[in-house]
Amino acid sequence: MNSDSRHKPRIGVFKFASCDGCQLSLLNAEDELLGVVGAVEIAYFPEASRAMSKGPYDIGLVEGSITTHQDAKRIQEVRKQCKTLITIGACATAGGIQALRNWKDVDEFIRVVYATPQFISTLNLSTPIADHVPVDFELRGCPINKHQLLALITATLAGRKPNIPSYSVCLECKRKGNVCIAVARGVPCLGPVTQAGCGALCPSYDRGCYGCYGPMETPNTSSMTSQFRILGQANSQVARAFRGFNAWAWQFRKASEECERT
Amino acid sequence: MTGRATKTIRVNTLARVEGEGSLYIKLVGERVADVKLKIYEPPRFFEAFLRGRHFSEAPDITARICGICPIAYQMSAVHAIERALGIQIPPAVRLLRRLFYCGEWIESHTLHVYMLHAPDFLGYADAIAMAKDHRAVVEKALRLKKIGNRVVQLLGGREIHPISAAVGGFYKVPTEQQLRDLVGDLEWALEASLETVRWTASLEFPNFEQDYEFVALRHEGEYPFNEGRLVSNRGLDIDTAEYEDHFLELHVKHSNALHSVVRGRGSYLVGPLARFNLNFDKLPETVQRVAIDVGLRPPVKNIFRSIVVRAVELVFACAEALRAIREYEPPASPRVEVHNRIGVGQAITEAPRGILYHRYALDENGKILAAKIVPPTSQNQKRIEDDLREYAPRLVAAPIEEATWKCEQAIRSYDPCISCATHFLKLSVDREENTD
Repeated sequence: MNSDSRHKPRIGVFKFASCDGCQLSLLNAEDELLGVVGAVEIAYFPEASRAMSKGPYDIGLVEGSITTHQDAKRIQEVRKQCKTLITIGACATAGGIQALRNWKDVDEFIRVVYATPQFISTLNLSTPIADHVPVDFELRGCPINKHQLLALITATLAGRKPNIPSYSVCLECKRKGNVCIAVARGVPCLGPVTQAGCGALCPSYDRGCYGCYGPMETPNTSSMTSQFRILGQANSQVARAFRGFNAWAWQFRKASEECERT
Repeated sequence: MTGRATKTIRVNTLARVEGEGSLYIKLVGERVADVKLKIYEPPRFFEAFLRGRHFSEAPDITARICGICPIAYQMSAVHAIERALGIQIPPAVRLLRRLFYCGEWIESHTLHVYMLHAPDFLGYADAIAMAKDHRAVVEKALRLKKIGNRVVQLLGGREIHPISAAVGGFYKVPTEQQLRDLVGDLEWALEASLETVRWTASLEFPNFEQDYEFVALRHEGEYPFNEGRLVSNRGLDIDTAEYEDHFLELHVKHSNALHSVVRGRGSYLVGPLARFNLNFDKLPETVQRVAIDVGLRPPVKNIFRSIVVRAVELVFACAEALRAIREYEPPASPRVEVHNRIGVGQAITEAPRGILYHRYALDENGKILAAKIVPPTSQNQKRIEDDLREYAPRLVAAPIEEATWKCEQAIRSYDPCISCATHFLKLSVDREENTD
C-alpha cells in the first residue's frame, strides 16, 4: 500500500477458503488502522488494495482453510515468501466450518449445492494451514479478536512471545462476574473446554458458549460430555455441539466421534 | 490495413472486493467476444452443512458465509425459520432487528464507499494511499464505520459473527439507557453521512446508463429491511415465498457461484440502486430532499452513481437508527417461545448488497431437512457481465491499464461479495494485437 517505506516491516494478508471476517478484523481496528499502516507496510492485502507487491514479506497473515488442490500448492508458495507465518481464525487453525465435510461424502454435497457437479473441483477434506506448512503462531477464533491480532503483530515485530491466553472461557466469565449459566440455569455451555479470547461473550448474552475459539489448552471433553448428558442432551446433540466451527480440532473431533459411537 | 485489434483485459485477482474473483474480457475490434467474471473462491457447502442441524443453529452457521454482512444472513435465517414455525415476533423485537440492520448498513456502506470504491474515482490503489492526501476524509470514514460497528456490537455482542440473534428474537436485548448512549454518536454519524452524500456527488461519473430490471423488497410503510413484497420495475410483484417460481439459478462452468436470472427475462440488478429506485417514496422526506439536492432522482440508471445512492442510504440508516432508539421500549421477553414443528419457510431481507433469499424445510424435531440460500452477489453476477459487455467496447482506445482499472471500477460499483456468492470473482481483459 505505501511504497515509500523501504525500511518498514512488510505484511502480506492471504486468503484461502473463508468468509473474509478475520482479515476484516484488521480494517475493523478503526482507531488503530492509520497507526498500524504508519508502522508497517501492508504490501499485499487484496481485500483492501489493488496495489499488490511481491514478497518476501516479514509477516504473512493467513486466513482460511485448504480445500482445493490449487490452494494446497499456493500455501507452499505463501510459506516460502513469509519470514513469519501467522494463521488467523478457526478456518486457518482448525479447518473451520468447512471441515464439516470431513465426515461426509463431498460428491453428494456438490450435488446438493451445484447443478453441474463436474464443473466443481474441491478436496474431500478441509484442513488447517499447519497440516500443510510450518506455522509460527495460530490465532484462534471465529472470528478472531482484533485486539489479540494487534497485540500479536506488535509482539512479533518486537521479537517477543505474544501474550495470548490458552485457558478457558470460564476464567473470563469469572472475571466479568457472570453467574454461571450452566450451573445456575442448566444451559449447556462449552465454556469449560473452550479457549478464552472472546471475553465470555455468549454467557454474557445469556446463552451457552458454542466453542468458536476452539479447544483450550487441556480440555476435559469427556467430563464436558457427561455434563451435557446430565443437562438432558442426547449424545447426538453433544456430538453436534462439538461439531461446530472448530470441529476438526483434534480434541473436539475426538469428543464428537466418541459421542457418535455411544 | 484490415486489422481487427483484439484486446484482452485480464485481472487475475480482483482487489477491494470481498472474496476471490477474476475478470476476463476479450475484445475483437469494438465487439466484445467474451466476458467472464470468474469466481475461484473455493466452493463452500453451506446448504449441505445445514442439513441435520437444529433450526436454532442456522443464524450462527449462516453468519459464517460472510464476515462483512453476517447480520443479513442471520436476519434472513431467523425470518425464514419463524415463517416455517408460524411465529409472530413482538413489535419491540421487530424494531431492534431494524436497528441491528441499520448498524450493518452503516458499517458496510461506509467500508465500501470510502475504502473500497472511492479510491477508484480519485485514482488511488487503496484508502491508505488516499489517506496521505485526504487524511480527514479517511479519518471521518473510520469513525463512521466504527459507529455502525458499535450498534452491531451492542445488539449482537460483536461486529463479526454476532451471537445474540435468535429464532424468535434475541438472546439478550439492550436496555433503553444502552441505546440512548448511542444517540450522540449517531447524530454525529448523520451529519457525516450528509457530508458523504455531497462528497460522493462531487465525484466524476462515466456516462453509462443501462436499462436494468431492478429487484428489491417493497413494504407499504417503510424503506425495506426485513419485510415486504418482492417487486421490480418490470411488473414483478410477488410474495417472498414465491421467489423460486420466478427466479432461476444457473450453474455456469467458469464460476463457483451460481448465476441468477428472472425466468423468461434474464439478468437483473439488486442492491442500493434497486432499493432506491423502487422505494424512493418510502424514504423520509428529509432524506428524499438530500438526494434531490445532489441531482439524484429515481430512476438512477448509472451503476457508477451507486456510490452516491449508498451515501443516501447511509443518511437513511442513521436517521432510522435514531428513530428506532427514540421509539424503543424493551420487550417483555427477549424472544418468544419456539417449538419444533414441521414446516417450510422462506424469507428475503435487504443485505447491504441487495436481496438475500433463504428457505428452510424443518422436521418435527426441528431438524433442517433442506436449505436454500441465494446471496445478492450471485444475483448480480450475470448483470455485472452484461454491463461489462456494454461498457468494455467504450474502452477500446484506452491504454490497457486504464481500461482494466475502469472495468474493475464498474465491478466494484456492485460491491460484490464473492465469499457470499460461493456457495463468487477474478478480472482478466484479453487484448490480442492482430494486424493481419
